[in-house]
Amino acid sequence: MARLDRMNEKERAYLLNMPCSTYDTKPWAEGPSLSERRVAIITTGGIHKRDDRPFTFDPGDIYRIVPGDVEAKDLVTTHASTNFDHSGFQQDINVMFPIERLKELAAEGTIGSVADYHYSFMGAMDPVQLEPSARELAPVLKKDNVDAILLLPV
Amino acid sequence: MGGLAHFFEEDGIPTTTISLIREHTEKMEPPRALWVPFELGRPIGAPNNREFQTRVLLSVLRLLEAKEGPVLEDFNEEDPTSEDTITNLVCPVNFAKEEAELTDNQKMINAVKAEMNSLRPWYDMALDKRGRTTVGISGIDLDNIVDFIGAFFDGTAPENPRDDMPASLILNFATDDLKAFYYESITAQPGQESPSGKVLEDWFWGETKAGRMLLMLKESCRNSDDPMMKAVARIMVVPSSQAYRRKEL
Repeated sequence: MARLDRMNEKERAYLLNMPCSTYDTKPWAEGPSLSERRVAIITTGGIHKRDDRPFTFDPGDIYRIVPGDVEAKDLVTTHASTNFDHSGFQQDINVMFPIERLKELAAEGTIGSVADYHYSFMGAMDPVQLEPSARELAPVLKKDNVDAILLLPV
Repeated sequence: MGGLAHFFEEDGIPTTTISLIREHTEKMEPPRALWVPFELGRPIGAPNNREFQTRVLLSVLRLLEAKEGPVLEDFNEEDPTSEDTITNLVCPVNFAKEEAELTDNQKMINAVKAEMNSLRPWYDMALDKRGRTTVGISGIDLDNIVDFIGAFFDGTAPENPRDDMPASLILNFATDDLKAFYYESITAQPGQESPSGKVLEDWFWGETKAGRMLLMLKESCRNSDDPMMKAVARIMVVPSSQAYRRKEL
């Protein structure tokens, strides 16, 4: 696969042998047409506003809230991993957090609207550790009338 | 990401996911996923390329209109970043004779500071052009960052600027600040605005004095008594793809 083919053998083997959770169920939620959807971004890039507390390894420190009206100059990342590229985000936030592109798609009517709040996790952890936060955020997202989540890994 | 997709979908909110490692997505089976052939850290592809980013976004968002799933599609367009190697515009610095009196660590610190000074005009221009920087997460002023990192070499950790986080974590943020300074500076230079992450990595870790200092820091922190510092040395600071260079020290 592209990109894995550019890694050295050790990295490639590490990623391919990484344990992945599997699920017995195949959940499937329906929504209206794309032009009516309200979209929220959830990233695992560990991004947050500059004046937020950096991500730590403290128990329960799982996510940060990124307001939809955040300005690019206020965003940084404190993700602990150095094993993914940070330079794309350094040059242009949209590589990791495409809020400006989403707003353009909303303005031209391709999507309905962009959510008021987006969420950033520091990934690199077992999904089991993320589940309580996801369950906690689902009703919050619904109150923001979100009916499409764009999930972006790093 | 696959796990989050399952949780949100079970709770009734449709999701669509970018996949960077197809093999993981095949196992985790999120409801809707678009595999993209981009580097880790670049789920939407190339920086400063609105048309390309929009194509990626439309492709992943359109999966929301799929009638049934799980669906895993491929985005077959390569991102238009450059694989040309970096032309290092950092000038070699001549040191005064007094250098001979200094310890190896002091010489190394001075060399990195000089290298940073020669990049500083490009950093300032990048800041002006982009209107933003990701440098500054450690809370340590850029002018003091090398001294801060350098102080860890002789085992006497410098004063921690934050009382709510361990010094080892601040050290990691300081190394991120240093790397961000170099990357933001070099990508402001003409003709090398869109290098791939791999090209930048090879330049920083293979050719700069700052990269060499951080490789040495990794070795130094491995011997620490502090478990968190050992973790910083083991899994942070130096990407695993570049760790082999420590043999070149």
